[in-house]
Amino acid sequence: MALRVKALESLLIEKGLVDAAALDAIVDHFETQVGPRNGARVVARAWTDPAFKARLIADATNAIAELGYAGGQGDHMVVVENTPTTHNLVVCTLCSCYPWPVLGLPPVWYKSSPYRSRAVIDPRGVIAEFGTKLADDVEVRVWDSTAEIRYLVLPQRPAGTDGLSEDALAALVTRDGMIGTATL
Amino acid sequence: MGGMVNMGPLELEADEPVFHHAWESRVHALSVASPTRANIDVGRHQRERIPGPEYLAMSYYQKWFRGLSELLVSLGFVTPQEYATGQADPKAAKATPVLFAADVRARFRRRGSFSREAAPPAFARGDTVRARNLNPPGHTRLPRYARGHVGVVVALHGGHVFPDSHAHGKGEDPHPLYTVRFTATELWGAAANPRDSVCLDLWEPYLERA
Repeated sequence: MALRVKALESLLIEKGLVDAAALDAIVDHFETQVGPRNGARVVARAWTDPAFKARLIADATNAIAELGYAGGQGDHMVVVENTPTTHNLVVCTLCSCYPWPVLGLPPVWYKSSPYRSRAVIDPRGVIAEFGTKLADDVEVRVWDSTAEIRYLVLPQRPAGTDGLSEDALAALVTRDGMIGTATL
Repeated sequence: MGGMVNMGPLELEADEPVFHHAWESRVHALSVASPTRANIDVGRHQRERIPGPEYLAMSYYQKWFRGLSELLVSLGFVTPQEYATGQADPKAAKATPVLFAADVRARFRRRGSFSREAAPPAFARGDTVRARNLNPPGHTRLPRYARGHVGVVVALHGGHVFPDSHAHGKGEDPHPLYTVRFTATELWGAAANPRDSVCLDLWEPYLERA
């Protein structure tokens, strides 16, 4: 594959269809500028600032942009809140839709056939494979990203974190917690 | 493939890198920088056209590479001869890239939108709707597992670009977009947990009043 990709890259650069330096900048963006740390900051802010949380639930795209996160694959954001009685899980059964500005690029399992196929029919089994057993009386809502709406789960704030700073809280937030395959 | 249950284990990986191989990062960057990126629905449809048995055996970035390669040729950016030899036709005019390095940061911060003016919505929050039993030959974002099933509208998103048209050169053809909640028992039968549900974002042409 490496040789075939290199050949296509060289051809496209030679034809002027892509800029070599732009390719490096794009890779750098996804390796260093976006990732689940961005989403964790959104979650920690929502846990500590009730007014922000209200804006986040009402209009996630603009609330998230307040923290500087915006752009492609995050143009129409919806945040769904976990509660003691409701657990949310995000999937894209059709391809690999994922909120790039706040979570970066998706992990391989998220883009793979086993997750895409099973998350909608057996969300409790999928979540159990990640190590969390949900009680039968918790409602599970699965969000299949079939359009350009991108979903972010707002996890429940862990118990015993009352005195923690926003930065310390952000460090507790995991990628899987924001997809919904785990609780915190 | 939503609703199938025998696709194998989840294969979780701790501390997963953003890219597993350098070539994967180049495929991603090429796909984003390519002039073919102007229409995301065409790109999705191109990957869906990979025959099923091959699709299931390919890694994610193998699919992206295949889709990108085929699209560059089918849209005429690269001739079959150029693709086969890796050599640019010396007689072909040199193009100008759509994205330069200095613009990459701004490009990823730029807020876009798929919202468009469309006809007023036919359905309201709380309406009961049925996903039509549509089986179009081309691109659609109505998953097979929802077709024919009844759900409730839980959100309206206004008009959005309609992929079924946009992927096929028929313009943006905006239609109202809804989030529709289907109970797990409606989709999967009586053995499902009656509390559970699946929400899908569906355009009005996918829906009828139930």
